[in-house]
Formats: sequence, structure tokens, C-alpha cells
Amino acid sequence: MVTLTTENFDKEVLEATQPVLVEFSAPWCVYCRRIEPVLHRMDGKSDVVIATINTDDQPELAQRFQVEVIPTFYLFQNGTHGDKLIAPSSQAQLEEWIAAQRG
Amino acid sequence: MEQIYDVVIVGGGPGGYTAALYCVRAGLSTLVLEKLSAGGQMATTTQVDNYPGFDEGIDGFELAERMQRGAERFGAVTEYAEVTAMDLTSQPKQITTSSGTFLAKAVILATGASPRLLGLSNEEALRGRGVSYCATCDGMFFRGKTVVVAGGGNSAAEDALTLSKMCKKVYLVHRRDSLRATQSYLTPLQNAENLEFVWNKQIDVLDTTDGHLSSIQMTDRVTGETSTLECDGLFVAIGRIPDTALIADQVSCDEQGYIIADETTRTNLAGVFAVGDVRQKPLRQIITAASDGATASKFVEEYLQTL
Repeated sequence: MVTLTTENFDKEVLEATQPVLVEFSAPWCVYCRRIEPVLHRMDGKSDVVIATINTDDQPELAQRFQVEVIPTFYLFQNGTHGDKLIAPSSQAQLEEWIAAQRG
Repeated sequence: MEQIYDVVIVGGGPGGYTAALYCVRAGLSTLVLEKLSAGGQMATTTQVDNYPGFDEGIDGFELAERMQRGAERFGAVTEYAEVTAMDLTSQPKQITTSSGTFLAKAVILATGASPRLLGLSNEEALRGRGVSYCATCDGMFFRGKTVVVAGGGNSAAEDALTLSKMCKKVYLVHRRDSLRATQSYLTPLQNAENLEFVWNKQIDVLDTTDGHLSSIQMTDRVTGETSTLECDGLFVAIGRIPDTALIADQVSCDEQGYIIADETTRTNLAGVFAVGDVRQKPLRQIITAASDGATASKFVEEYLQTL
């Protein structure tokens, strides 16, 4: 899992050759905490890179991507992203969304 | 041949993992199906002060992990999968999931409950664009802004208090003319200077500007008058609904959707049991969910002997 900041965001996400799942999260977000084990289970299981952003530390990134509810997910491919996914209720829902985003 | 578990437990909250602990210790092959991570609603509580034995309280997420490890220590298995269909009348019973089909002689339903939605057409689409179901999660993003809390119970009261500490203005909109919240919430609510009660109003429409919630339209349930309230955020706290969508056509449920089962946790179907918040019961707490789980194992055992 990659931790994103304003410094490494462009390199790790926008310039990445693989799809990057970006989770906007925060340590106090109780629902994010429930999803964290899911991300660890998914990490390394496919070519999708999993990355998280702590919105407390990176408010500029949260603002840039209009995040006001966490956890919010974006899938970045070739420097762009589609619709966001908010607080998926299951690992299956997150995986299906990723598959749909990849087309 | 595909494995047939003695018992499959749907849901890995306190009811589910206590059932797993007791079943596996009774020598039953036990599988827990969990769609996200252990704990259910409990895992979103950071401080549990009413589960005995933890004299300084315990984090709900940690308690969940402990319950899971406690059951797995004796051989219970967890499969992280979302159930998509269940055939509870066949024998063995079949549970179809995102990770394949599982067979079980007995099934314990421990699916819990989820936040109730207002039921407005664009409500889901506005989640993350002004609509939230968790004030403690999302309140920070509305610092200095105007928000509405919908609801009149303890969770609405607690959300309104939380938000009043960070938002410019909080409207507590309720369908009735008084709160159902516990007395201990009322005084602090009345003392919060930036909090205003809006009584007898039903929320009908969520207006948007540039795709984001900008106001709500309401109807007065007494006078029938309509009004509009400008706001940046809407926090919905109107209770919970039991997660029975997949089984409501097989298992008897009451008018609110809770599975009808008495203290034995037996449902109307032989070999199907209901524990925790999803069951019709007078008090929904971690300890009563855990209690259900323990009780269910006894009646699962009894059922298995009849096969």
C-alpha cells in the first residue's frame, strides 16, 4: 500500500502505468477502519496499486478531488479517473466497481 | 464432494462470532461469511462502555477482532464474501456468495442492520455530495457550514450535538413535535446556541446546485405548508433497518422487517436461526447479540441431532 501526499501524488498516481485505487481516509473515520482490512486483503492480489490519502494531513488533495465524505475511492488509469465510490458496503462491491471502472 | 458445514453463519458481528465461538467449541464445523470486516455496526464505535469486563471501555473495532480471533482459535473459519442468494429450505441449505456457493446443515442469520434512508429519489446519488449517514465521520468536512440533521432519536440528537460544535448552524428536523432521545441529550441540545429545532417537518425533496445538495424542501405535517431550508449538508439519522432483503421471502419477519424468532433464536424454518439486531427483540445491544449467538448454538446442536 502506498501513502500519498501532495509531493508524490503526481508521480505515484497520475504517471503510474498501472491502475491505482486511491482511498481518501482519515484515522478518525470509523468506517474507513472497517475497510482497511479489505484493502490489505486486496493489496498485491491484482495489478491494481492500492494507495491511501490521509485527508487530515492532505487537505489540498481532498479539496482538489472534491472529497467531503470518507471513505471516498477513485480509480486512476492513465492519469485520469471516473466517478467516485463512497463507502462501499462490501469487498465484493468495491471489486465490482473496480472491474466496471476498468471496463 | 463439496464440504457441507454443520453451520454457516451469515454476518461477522458480535452475534455471528459469538455463535461461531459456541458452535465450534461444541464440535461443529463452522463457517462465518463476512462481507467487509469483523464487527458490523459495533466496529464503527470507538468506545464501547457497556460490554462488561472492560472496566475502561474498549474500542468496538478491537472488540470485533478479538471476538473473531476467539472463534478462529477453536477452528471457526471466516470467508470474506458477500451473500447474493440463499436457499434455506433445501437440505443442505445453499448460500450463494461472491466467492462461490457454500452448503450448510444449519444457518444462523446474523446480518444486523444498516442506516435507514429517507427514501428520496436522488438521496443515494447525493451521498458524498452533501448527504451523509455518519456525523462523526463526515462532520469535519462541514466545519463552519450550515447543516441539517434529520431524525428524532438518540443518534440524531448525538449527531446534532457533535455537529453543533463545528458547524455554523445546525437544524434538527424531525417529523414529530418532540424528540424520542434520552433526557441526557435534551439539555445540551437546548443549550447549543447554533442549534435550532424544526418540528413536524417531513423532508420531501433534495435540491442541488452544481450536483451538490443546496437546500431541502419540507412539508409541515400539521399545517401542510411547504418550505425550503438552505443547507450545505444533510445528516440522516432516522434509525436502522434490518438486513433481511435476501431472505424476507423465506423467513417470517415482522412489520418492521425484523426476523421473528423467540429467545431460542429459531425462525419459522427448521435449521435456520436468527441472532443479534436482525432478530425481533426488546433490546439491541452487543451483549444481547452475543447472548443470542450463544443460545443459537444450543438449538443448532439440537437441530443437527434430528437430521
